[in-house]
Amino acid sequence: MTWLGKPASDTQITHGARLWLYLLAAAVFAFLIVPTLIVIPMSFSESQYLEFPPRHLSLRWYEAYFQSRSWMHATATSFKAAAVTVVVATPLGTVAAYGLYNAELATARLVSLLLITPIVIPVILVGTAIFYAYVRLKMVNSLIGVVLAHSILAIPVVIMIVTSALKSFDMNQERVARSLGASRVSAFFMVVVPQIKFAILTAAVLSFLTSFDEVIVSLFVSGGDNSTLTRIMFTALRDQIDPTIAAISTIMIVVTSVLLALAQMFGRQSKR
Amino acid sequence: MDASTASPPLGDDHAAALRKDRLIERWLMLSLAAPALLLVAVCLLVPIAWLFYLSFYTDAGAATLINYQRLVEQPSYARIFWTTFKVSILTTGICAVLGYPLAYFMSQLSQRAANLCMILVLLPFWTSLLVRTYAWLVLLQRTGLVNSWGMQLGLWSEPLPLVNNLTGTLIGMVHIMLPFIVLPLYGSMRTIDRTLVQAAANLGASPVQSFWRVFLPLSLPGLTAGALVVFILCLGFYVTPEVLGGGRVIMVSSRIATDIDTFLNWGSASALGAVLLLSTLILLGIASRLTKGLSVTGVGH
Repeated sequence: MTWLGKPASDTQITHGARLWLYLLAAAVFAFLIVPTLIVIPMSFSESQYLEFPPRHLSLRWYEAYFQSRSWMHATATSFKAAAVTVVVATPLGTVAAYGLYNAELATARLVSLLLITPIVIPVILVGTAIFYAYVRLKMVNSLIGVVLAHSILAIPVVIMIVTSALKSFDMNQERVARSLGASRVSAFFMVVVPQIKFAILTAAVLSFLTSFDEVIVSLFVSGGDNSTLTRIMFTALRDQIDPTIAAISTIMIVVTSVLLALAQMFGRQSKR
Repeated sequence: MDASTASPPLGDDHAAALRKDRLIERWLMLSLAAPALLLVAVCLLVPIAWLFYLSFYTDAGAATLINYQRLVEQPSYARIFWTTFKVSILTTGICAVLGYPLAYFMSQLSQRAANLCMILVLLPFWTSLLVRTYAWLVLLQRTGLVNSWGMQLGLWSEPLPLVNNLTGTLIGMVHIMLPFIVLPLYGSMRTIDRTLVQAAANLGASPVQSFWRVFLPLSLPGLTAGALVVFILCLGFYVTPEVLGGGRVIMVSSRIATDIDTFLNWGSASALGAVLLLSTLILLGIASRLTKGLSVTGVGH
């Protein structure tokens, strides 16, 4: 009996009879993966039209990117905003998650719900609302404005990750520390934090990514000297197909992959 | 923490003091969330409430329903709502048709192989939205890879208009939404008791019959959950229709953005926003009713 004639599932259907399922699944996987990855070789193409496969390899578009002051400035802004977002969102989110987890009050459920809203409602509304607030507070186009806006989107991510880590942590350990004389604060830092530190690190990495990849809110609240990379990319995309963006996309894919690998590593550590 | 019940009976005021201590402790814990809540309230919740309030007033400050009346009366708004609905329902439908077989395929694999496949689903999920939209723009343009390969293979002779229209928007949106339907579907298919399918086969059902009459009905909750999530996310989509639609696919989000960007028309933008928010919340309510137990949070990426 060949492989095709063998039963494939509980229903005794043969592999041959559902070959179409395998082909369809392969096609859908290709649809998911290929378009993004194909940008990488294309970014090394010499031509204006981004050939695939590239006939002549060149670093032309990378040079264009690294030599452009506006691209470099926007990249620096994005990195700065993302780094500060990590510093703001990670502690705020971690402390909130810890408090909400231990509060055991009906109000705590309501507060968690309110804190999650930014990633549940349509982003365009988040952008509109924050922009409206910033017009009043005169914070439009400021770096701190971008950071606070991104923090609002990152805090729910931090809360979700830290809460799930707290669920597997035995709170009695903290009670023991406190009954042995540790103050509330030192018990938190010496007993709780070390146990959930990998979750906190994962949350920090994902906060960075949340800010770095964010487009819509940045469109509203960043601008002028403090335009983020995504904002400039978006405006450039609407005008024409600039091959420089292929180079930037490749760099962004690399940055994302490295960060996700880090997050994955921390995630595995925290499960041990 | 149940000292009052475990230890020998104490005086009433002692128990009351303990209860009070515990309550204080809990509120103290809750107060740890205050900084985050303050940030979200000042930058998001209060402005949303304010915008909602604003939508009922004219610029001069008189109470009015004009902003909502316009939404009903002007044909341009009707067109936008229709486009938004059409794009969302088509994207959801295509995602269901492509995502179901994929999730089914993965649910039949060994755990190890399925985890590997999961990486393929999650990789695009985490790649920047902008990068993926740009990739489609490059691939689908007149001189793009899809057109040049299609013509070389003789599938079509003229470059097809694949981008700057509804087709491009749908391709891009399906690409982005597919993981959102595959993940809950796969999760619910994994929990289906395989012995039920085996029993159906044992009792003489053909493979096709046992799929349609046993497996499919059991996987419907996952399908509904995934489809609702995709539909909700589509309603508020902005980047992909804006870039791949080339100005021809105007959804609610695009209109809100132009209202603010170009006209600073807060009244109109906030009325549209209120409609969008309400429909999202209603659908979310339905979704969470339908999917008690299935996790649908954390999808706002």
